[in-house]
Amino acid sequence: MMDVVLVRSYAPPPVDRREIIRYMSARELTEELTALLEECLREAEGHLRYAVCWREVPVSVTDTGVDLGFAAVESASLRKQLTGCGRAVLFGATVGLELDRLIARYSRLQPVKALILQAIGAERVEALCDAFCADIRRQAQEKGEFTRSRFSPGYGDVPLALQQDIFRVLDCARMIGLTLNGSLLMTPTKSVTAIIGIGDGSQQPDKEKCSACTKGDCVFRNL
Amino acid sequence: MSVLELLKREVVFLDGGMGTLLQAEGLAAGEHPERWNLTRPEVVQGVHRAYFDAGSHIVNINTFGANSLKFSSEELESIVRAAVENADIARKTSTGTQEKYLALDIGPTGRLLRPYGDFDFEEAVAVFAETVRLGVKYGVDLIFIETMNDSYETKAALLAAKENSTLPVMVSNAYGEDGKLMTGASPAAMVAMLEGMGADAIGVNCSFGPRTLAPVVEEYLRCASVPVLLKPNAGLPRSVDGRTVFDVEPTEFAADVAEMIRKGVRLAGGCCGTTPSHIAALAAAAAEIVPVPVEKKSITCCASYTHAVVFGREPILIGERINPTGKKRLKEALRAGDMDYILQEGIAQQEKGVHILDVNVGLPEIDETAMLTAAVCELQAILDLPLQIDTASPAAMEAALRRCNGKAMVNSVNGKQESMDAVFPLVAKYGGLVVALTLDESGIPATAEGRVDIARRILTEAAKYGIDKKDIVFDTLCLTVSADNAAALETLRALKIIREELGCHTSLGVSNVSFGLPQRDIVNSTFFALALESGLSAAIMNPHSGDMLRTWYAFRTLHGLDENCADYISFASNYVVQASAPQTAVPAAVEADGSALQRAIVKGLKDKALELTAALTETVPPLDVVRQEIIPALDTVGKGFEEKKVYLPQLLMSAEAAKSAFTVIKDKLSAQGTGGADKCPFVIATVRGDIHDIGKNIVRLLLENYGFAVTDLGKDVEPERIVEETVKLHAPLVGLSALMTTTVPAMEETIRQLRKAAPWCRIVVGGAVLNQEYADSIGADQYAGDAMETVRYAEEIWKTL
Repeated sequence: MMDVVLVRSYAPPPVDRREIIRYMSARELTEELTALLEECLREAEGHLRYAVCWREVPVSVTDTGVDLGFAAVESASLRKQLTGCGRAVLFGATVGLELDRLIARYSRLQPVKALILQAIGAERVEALCDAFCADIRRQAQEKGEFTRSRFSPGYGDVPLALQQDIFRVLDCARMIGLTLNGSLLMTPTKSVTAIIGIGDGSQQPDKEKCSACTKGDCVFRNL
Repeated sequence: MSVLELLKREVVFLDGGMGTLLQAEGLAAGEHPERWNLTRPEVVQGVHRAYFDAGSHIVNINTFGANSLKFSSEELESIVRAAVENADIARKTSTGTQEKYLALDIGPTGRLLRPYGDFDFEEAVAVFAETVRLGVKYGVDLIFIETMNDSYETKAALLAAKENSTLPVMVSNAYGEDGKLMTGASPAAMVAMLEGMGADAIGVNCSFGPRTLAPVVEEYLRCASVPVLLKPNAGLPRSVDGRTVFDVEPTEFAADVAEMIRKGVRLAGGCCGTTPSHIAALAAAAAEIVPVPVEKKSITCCASYTHAVVFGREPILIGERINPTGKKRLKEALRAGDMDYILQEGIAQQEKGVHILDVNVGLPEIDETAMLTAAVCELQAILDLPLQIDTASPAAMEAALRRCNGKAMVNSVNGKQESMDAVFPLVAKYGGLVVALTLDESGIPATAEGRVDIARRILTEAAKYGIDKKDIVFDTLCLTVSADNAAALETLRALKIIREELGCHTSLGVSNVSFGLPQRDIVNSTFFALALESGLSAAIMNPHSGDMLRTWYAFRTLHGLDENCADYISFASNYVVQASAPQTAVPAAVEADGSALQRAIVKGLKDKALELTAALTETVPPLDVVRQEIIPALDTVGKGFEEKKVYLPQLLMSAEAAKSAFTVIKDKLSAQGTGGADKCPFVIATVRGDIHDIGKNIVRLLLENYGFAVTDLGKDVEPERIVEETVKLHAPLVGLSALMTTTVPAMEETIRQLRKAAPWCRIVVGGAVLNQEYADSIGADQYAGDAMETVRYAEEIWKTL
């Protein structure tokens, strides 16, 4: 078991404009909005960084949840997600504070650009997580192991309070400048923490992200 | 011998990693190492002793994360006391023969300061202050602030150290691979801020090995006039057979760090992954190196939270537009607390290319201290330009300097004793680049020599506070030539003498020179050129004046400061010769067609909507334009949105277009002396603890378009503040936003307080986690799923008033 927190920066992953449009609560864009999206993408470019910090943790399934070494979590959905996994990778990912500054700059002066930029941020951080998870999966497969899809505090019945333990054990503030406020909200806002279960055996196909989630009334639900 | 005396004579060796060594002794992941001062004192003592034995002059006691956010006051005190004792035992039992000192170690709290985090600046100062006082109480020799990756938190910690002790303070920051702090500061910006605040040594630790950190350290050595310190990691960590190993071995580490000592580093040690062997190797490798003297750099600069602006390379432009003198619209905005207008003025000037923003919000009827502080905080949240704090009130100046994230310019001090007595102590404490006016109790001397004499006196007085001449920029004051023909010449002569004989930089507000003359821009821009040629370093100016910018671009080109004339060519290609004819040009031949305006709003064409509204209101009464054109267009889009034919971004584009149409309508109405047609007050806020405001801003924009007088209190707003404003305005409507389950309790608390103090108001709530049942359960009147639902509800309530 690796007892150190590692840090890595990624090159910008490819942009998925359809995802951005979905995060804008839209299905299609007018010509003017398409132009504005491209303008925002150009403007955001220099304000994004792609940083991840992670460490390995042991996994042992208990009667009502899982013990991750640094925290015992009472959660049926996390128990289900990690059953069959002997270990897991715990990670924090962020696209950085500069994007928040850019969003704030437009938020009061040109809200539509703020809306587009925050959608870009959401898509960017998800793309960063995808890139990181693909790396972890590749490394696991080389060792004859499988990985499960990433699971975050707030998914299913995983308590948000777990964030405090995650931030402590990953030292996110020092490692990648990711902080947690008193209400358990993360800053930079376009950030993710999650856990990837790893176990012995061959890779099984993942469920789609949304179908694993129980929040049926989510406006971003993508099925 | 004090540690500072030792530092004057020798290279000082610091200690190495603590956390990684404790982990090797069994410290668990996520466990607080500071508790080991109490539970495993022998291990902590052993680590300290090993560093003293290896040759460290200074060891950082085991208090990196010892603060009141992590520990109760009682436990905190026992931890600091034990940490000092452990290090002191190590000092006394070490075999090392060198001088030995104990440093109170202060690391980051892990919380982010406002506005992006929820940790208040003064709260941060208070948290650090508590640890500092304990360190002083138990007898540390110095304070060592380290591994800080945010400039603002670094400032809070240094301020706490300075305000609660007289001990030497060393400050070390952790840089990312881009050579900046996590929150954006460059080394030059950090040097400017930390030196200004009186840090005794500054530098770099953690993050990487010595080679990777070298460029950042070299930048420190280039800029700093105080000793520079370096504590790199032993390279990068990796996992070998389940063990963490760092990839730089002691010999290589020592050689690399010794190289930096040869370049000028005066304090050296290690951070994560370094061990007593690394320090012993370093002490051996550096034993024969003759320390490089620390030289004064004479860099005149100010800095924002990202970068330093250095005087002397090219003329600096200071934007003067945030100053209410003679600006009716800004005065109105200040009285109404309309911060958006101020931010817009700031952004517009930044887009014109100014390097520094002057901020003056002084009006007799407002609380200048509060307003100036708010303006500084809001501007630095969204703009990365250094600010020039412009006020005659020492109280306002201090409050603003305290909150400024960087090294501000200070406008201004003058040769009057009273002025110097008030301003210099603030500059000495908070740092700053101060503008000094060459006038005194007898006024402005008529001759250049008289002004230079005052400048000399100001320098002498500043020196008493330890303020170097590099931190003073003289304004030789320009009087109007229409009153005195020789006025401009004396000012220019004074500039030249100050630049050449005193070696100081200069700044001027150039526009006074033309007072009382026609076509003032012509005189101003010519005077600007003459002043630049006489050595002017900076001008306080209006960046919207094409003539001034023209002079600036041409001067740079003629002085060889503009490679390939590229900037000038780019400027000239966009330069429009200013017509002397009407200032407010009416857009020509716009089709004054009502349906065209509706179409523009529906399509979200902001500029077109503005033009068309301007044209229409030439013939149609403004309120008719609102009723017949703007509202129907908004309704079309609003209905489309409700029917899910129009998506949110389109709704917003239209709302912004309508808003720009409304700016024309409002100007017309205020020109006619009739007020707006506001429906009723609506107070809106994102609740305490919640930092998400995009949804709230969308709701606000739509409500404004539908004629509600919206007071937006922002995000992370205390319940008391919302109640206060609702009562003050007797607002019939309050809108609250919360994104997460963790902030809904703050919403519930706000509602509870509102019910008590403002029983008349209706409360509408929204945000990702809410729904009607949830809204009912916390006592709200209405849940709104989107901005249009909020508008519909507000209209419904308004009709019943």
